[in-house]
Amino acid sequence: MFQRGRRTARLTAGLSIVAAGALALSACSGSDSSSGSDAKSGPFKYLSFSENTTIQDTLKTLASGQCADANSKAELQVTTQPQASFDQQIQLLAGQGALPSIFPAGNSPSVAKELDRSSSLVDTGAELEALGDSDDILPAAKSTIEKLYDGKDYVLPTELNVEGIWYNKKLFADNGIEAPATWGDLTADAAKLEAAGVQPFAADGKDGWPLTRLIGNYIYRSVGADALQAVADGKAKLTDQAYVDAAQAVADLGAKGYFGKSVGSIDYTTAMNQFLTGKAGMYYMGSWALANFNDPKQNQIGADNIGFVPFPTVSGGKGGSELAANVGVPLALSKKSYDSGSKAWLDCIAKNYGAAALKGSGTITGFKVNGDAGKVPALTKSVQEQIDSSTDTVLWFEALFDPKATTTSQTNAALLVNGKLSAADFMSKIQADLG
Amino acid sequence: MKSVFGDRRAVILLLTPALLVYSLVMLVPVVWSLGYTFFEGNAINGFSFAGLDNFRELLSDPDAHAALWFTVRFALVLTVVQVAMGYLLSLLYVFVLRRASSLVRTLVFFPVILPTVAVSLLFQQLFEYAPRNGPVNSLLNVFGIHSVDWFGSSGSAFWVLIIMETWRSMGFYAVLLYAGLVDIPEEILESARLDGASGVRLVRHVVVPLSLPVLLSSVIFSINGTLKIFDSVVALTNGGPGSSTTPLTVYMFQTSFSYGEYGYGSTIALLLTMLCLVVTLFIFRTSRRDTTKA
Repeated sequence: MFQRGRRTARLTAGLSIVAAGALALSACSGSDSSSGSDAKSGPFKYLSFSENTTIQDTLKTLASGQCADANSKAELQVTTQPQASFDQQIQLLAGQGALPSIFPAGNSPSVAKELDRSSSLVDTGAELEALGDSDDILPAAKSTIEKLYDGKDYVLPTELNVEGIWYNKKLFADNGIEAPATWGDLTADAAKLEAAGVQPFAADGKDGWPLTRLIGNYIYRSVGADALQAVADGKAKLTDQAYVDAAQAVADLGAKGYFGKSVGSIDYTTAMNQFLTGKAGMYYMGSWALANFNDPKQNQIGADNIGFVPFPTVSGGKGGSELAANVGVPLALSKKSYDSGSKAWLDCIAKNYGAAALKGSGTITGFKVNGDAGKVPALTKSVQEQIDSSTDTVLWFEALFDPKATTTSQTNAALLVNGKLSAADFMSKIQADLG
Repeated sequence: MKSVFGDRRAVILLLTPALLVYSLVMLVPVVWSLGYTFFEGNAINGFSFAGLDNFRELLSDPDAHAALWFTVRFALVLTVVQVAMGYLLSLLYVFVLRRASSLVRTLVFFPVILPTVAVSLLFQQLFEYAPRNGPVNSLLNVFGIHSVDWFGSSGSAFWVLIIMETWRSMGFYAVLLYAGLVDIPEEILESARLDGASGVRLVRHVVVPLSLPVLLSSVIFSINGTLKIFDSVVALTNGGPGSSTTPLTVYMFQTSFSYGEYGYGSTIALLLTMLCLVVTLFIFRTSRRDTTKA
């Protein structure tokens, strides 16, 4: 009898421990995120690239300013992850159903496409329309996003960068040359600068993409605005003659020494420095570089001395004069974490991010600038006017490639312009990765 | 103590925690990775069974073949160079510098403790070609030789990697081999000298055979380390120019984490594991045979 009593007591104690553990676990698990709209939301978690402080600073400014109401509903919480390992982190979080409220949509469009396929992302286009905020996204930004993400709108354009050729006005005037309108003008200008002892182009060959951007633009101008979409759809191949010709045109610039010696050893900062110290006449880059151009400490040639032209047209080409554009670090929202707090934040970001980013960091975004943006430098204003007047854009060379083809393209670009890899072989290598 | 080890329950009790931790952190991930070789997909949309597709891809992938060839070439050359340099240094410590060798040993060992990234940045500057000449090219110019774009072609980039890794690791092998050399009894060396052996003959016929076990350990250490080289390559050349200095480790990392192909990445990892295993077994077998002969 006594023995049985002890066993019962042990059993009761064991069950009590299990029950207490279960209660503790259920307490830890928190509330369902899809709670009603009046209920207090969870925090508005932003997982940022460690290297990019502009977006988090803008969001923090908004949290204490125009988005204070949204912040009181869902407090902004910022965590960071290095960009190099960001895609792995996002994949891991998505696999666990633990994506943060808002986050950069990966290092390449393929990550966001993958997330969209698993229904993990908020359809921001539809949500903004429901909130009456559709007009707060600039047409050029919308066009770029839809081209990048198969016609869908599930990211926010925290930047809208147009790309083209920036040139040193004084060096051009000194050598009696004008901003290039055609590829022929560009090569003629480069030849004159080279003859005058000025390096025609500054380019970051170490990372490769500033060189492959030239190839992409040449393709858009010569073959047409849908040339790289045709490659992505399998209707054309990079090994087709028209595409190889584009790589050859850029390789020819390298063969003539227009990028300076050993472009493969030049990194982003060095190339920027070459242009801003007057050592190079032209510089293909995106409008994100305006932050450097408007910084007198970095810019020794003066912001007034810098001109901008879109990529030149190619004689006999089928392409138009669309600006090459990208949306910098596009942000996506997690569907699972999307509650009333996130909705309030989305509404506020759409209405206020454009002005806050322009005022705080001089960044041109894909949002309409509503309200006071402070004093905008003249160069930034002229680029912004070009953006505002654009309704259609083209993407960059690797925008529709998978990550492996992107790596192949960018790591072999310096070999192409150094003459160590033929244009046909360069394109074949990338096409092999594309399948 | 004897009674504790004689008690089977005590042995199980003592071994289980360590075995459990080892299994969890070592064996489970290895087996898990092996399992991935039969799957394709990623963490977002899940994995699906791919049969032997990953192995077929490995057989037909030119990038994997190039990475394998670079890995083998790099490991063989670097092992020979760094162990040879280490051995020469250890001979210098024992037979030339003797008791005064401690300062030189410390100085030569110093690069071993430096962070790889710092060493790589140092060598990037040393061999710089653009935008300005580094000290190596400046020195070449002094002798009337044109500057070389060291990182612009695969051949020269390969040798810069070899030089950097040798500089970084020869101190370690020198100390390891030095420990083996000082273990050789002085009487044997003395009797060899009395028999007329000196210089190269003494080293070749007496010192090398007696230090063979530690020499083989160094070779195994070296070849396994060099087959798995990763950080130095990433920091110095990032696998370039093109992909000409990309070893299997870097290709595996890119495939798994940059391209999101975990199954194929695991297959490359399996190839690397098999390579390390085969090379180590080969060296062990060779050493056993040699020892018997000796």
